[in-house]
Amino acid sequence: MNTPALKEWPLWEIFVRSKQGLEHKHCGSLHAADAAQALHMARDVYTRRQEGVSIWVVPSIAITASNPDDKGELFDPAADKIYRHPTFYEIPEEVGHM
Amino acid sequence: MSAIQPSVAQDRSKQASAPVGGSAPNAVGSVGAPIEYILHLADNAVVLGQRNAEWCGHGPILEEDIAMGNVSLDYIGQARLLYQLAATRMGGDATEDKLAYFRDETQFRNYTLLELPHNGPLVGYAVSDRDYATTVVRNFLYGALMVLVWDALEKSPDADLAAIAAKSLKEARYHLHHAADWLVRFGDGTDESHQRAQAAVDHLFPYTEEFWTPSVAEDAAVAAGAGVDVCSLRAAWDAIVNETLSEATLVRPQVRGYVPEGKHGRHSEHLGYLLGEMQGLARAHPGATW
Amino acid sequence: MYTQSFSVPDNAGQKNVAAVPSTENPELMAAFDARIDADGRIEPQDWMPDAYRKTLVRQISQHAHSEIVGMLPEGNWISRAPSLKRKAILIAKVQDEGGHGLYLYSAAETLGTSRDQMLEGLHSGKAKYSSIFNYPTLNWADVGVIGWLVDGAAIMNQIPLCRCSYGPYSRAMVRVCKEESFHQRQGYEALLVMMQGTEAQRAMVQDAVNRLWWKCLAMFGPPDADSPNSAQGMRWGIKRISNDELRQKFVDATVPQAKVLGVTLPDPDLKWNEARQHYDYGQIDWQEFWNTVEGNGPCNKERLATRVKAHNDGQWVRDAALAYTRKQQQRAQKEAA
Repeated sequence: MNTPALKEWPLWEIFVRSKQGLEHKHCGSLHAADAAQALHMARDVYTRRQEGVSIWVVPSIAITASNPDDKGELFDPAADKIYRHPTFYEIPEEVGHM
Repeated sequence: MSAIQPSVAQDRSKQASAPVGGSAPNAVGSVGAPIEYILHLADNAVVLGQRNAEWCGHGPILEEDIAMGNVSLDYIGQARLLYQLAATRMGGDATEDKLAYFRDETQFRNYTLLELPHNGPLVGYAVSDRDYATTVVRNFLYGALMVLVWDALEKSPDADLAAIAAKSLKEARYHLHHAADWLVRFGDGTDESHQRAQAAVDHLFPYTEEFWTPSVAEDAAVAAGAGVDVCSLRAAWDAIVNETLSEATLVRPQVRGYVPEGKHGRHSEHLGYLLGEMQGLARAHPGATW
Repeated sequence: MYTQSFSVPDNAGQKNVAAVPSTENPELMAAFDARIDADGRIEPQDWMPDAYRKTLVRQISQHAHSEIVGMLPEGNWISRAPSLKRKAILIAKVQDEGGHGLYLYSAAETLGTSRDQMLEGLHSGKAKYSSIFNYPTLNWADVGVIGWLVDGAAIMNQIPLCRCSYGPYSRAMVRVCKEESFHQRQGYEALLVMMQGTEAQRAMVQDAVNRLWWKCLAMFGPPDADSPNSAQGMRWGIKRISNDELRQKFVDATVPQAKVLGVTLPDPDLKWNEARQHYDYGQIDWQEFWNTVEGNGPCNKERLATRVKAHNDGQWVRDAALAYTRKQQQRAQKEAA
């Protein structure tokens, strides 16, 4: 125990694709020394019950998140753009599915 | 059971000195690998699974504790499949648990390497602490062998054994990867980890000599066409081991002298403790169902 | 597994909580309260009152500590499991508890407290964990009874937490609950097999139930009247159902299961109350409970010392991994230069 303790292992965010054709989904985080190890650890921690067919690991510090204070200016302006949605338009029934 | 193989019974008749466990009185001459050989593979798996599971709840970090749990589960799973296969072929009242719990030390056919405690060279009743370097080096040396053994057995005409091999091969590849990754980190990590890894390599390497001295059961399996000639795997094993040791900046020790004989049923002092703990409860209640 | 709902303040991590003004901004506070009232979720980057953050760190880290300390009493039987099937089930289960601890530490880390800080709280004895794990596991049936009763009690508490107001905690609980459902069933099934077995096996089950029953009832925490922090927790949506309510639910669910199993729950006062439509039960020994919580139970010292040892013994392993990574990064930089 003579070597001075190094710092804590960095934190990684884990994304798992549950089956081929689906997107990778965030499922949690874990500590690992580096990306290669994080992948292995993620396999053991997050896919013990066949939850995944593919894993992404991302250093937690590499994630830039939007500021909750900006929620209003970022997301509210989309609320009145109802013409972006197909249901905004009425089409005669005889046209059928469109 | 599709493959047509010489009967095991005739092989067994030649091996009076290497008896199968207590409950094999009416082994029918089933086709495929000799029962002794299957038990050798099963005993390896159960003993190492038992050892690795000693880390459960005590690992160096939570993530690794969980990872080692998976390795232990794989080994226990392999042991169960192999014991079940052996029990089926032995017939009578043989079961997986009778084979695992009611055979004595001298009837176990595992490599001595696998029964050693997670520690340096100490006698059984002196061992207390566990050393992760020993765990990793053992898993590495054995994992490097088993990727080759299972790869060969996957092609065995003994279809039951081949199916177990196919499943175990994937697990063994992961075990090897996991252990090699740690070994390189230890060897090329800190001064302390390097020293510990080198000490573990020096301690455990001589035990690998046992891999290359075929037992009667292994010879019988080869003769039956169902097993693998271990000596033919040696060059490939050397390549894996040398490459990883060199990446880990560790030195492969010179080995000479004593060759362990665990697979012949002559073990170290440590197996008795391991089995005493593993089998005690089951033996206190013979005939009980759990 | 599970943390009891006792609200014992411990100081784990509190000193490291990100600086949030203690005299809360009334506007922000109002927005926070409004979201809680609307049963909305709070996410890591959202503003939250200091006390909410502190309470969450304490509750989630206590929960995480309980999971990893909880690996020890059951782990005690891995090497002696009486069949290979039970050995595999037990390893998988104890391993799951480690996973649950990991998910929970991760959830708490989103509040600005590192896992090392939380572990420091545990190892120094400041942080609490579920007191049930300070009792010894003395026969193989303890493993089954822990699955049936301890995990059963855990599930009672955890299912409402899947809807708790803090997003990362509730998501961790969803994952935990999914995995936990196997734990209770495997325990109960193992006991069923033993109860159909030999006289000695049945005696083991009854002995384990006798020792653990009252401890399980205490797991739900002190009565509501003596649980001052509970009300605040309810207000914040990080506790959904009161201690007494959960305890009653547990008793009501367990009595019929015990009947099927054929074991006697060791409480002469346990009987159906037609008027209440619930089972009445006897007095819990709270003195003993608090003794154990305060560190003076039969196994507190062993459990804690074992965790500390595992962590200290693992230091060189963790250091090696990091040292190697740094060397690799330096080599890559040199090559690029």
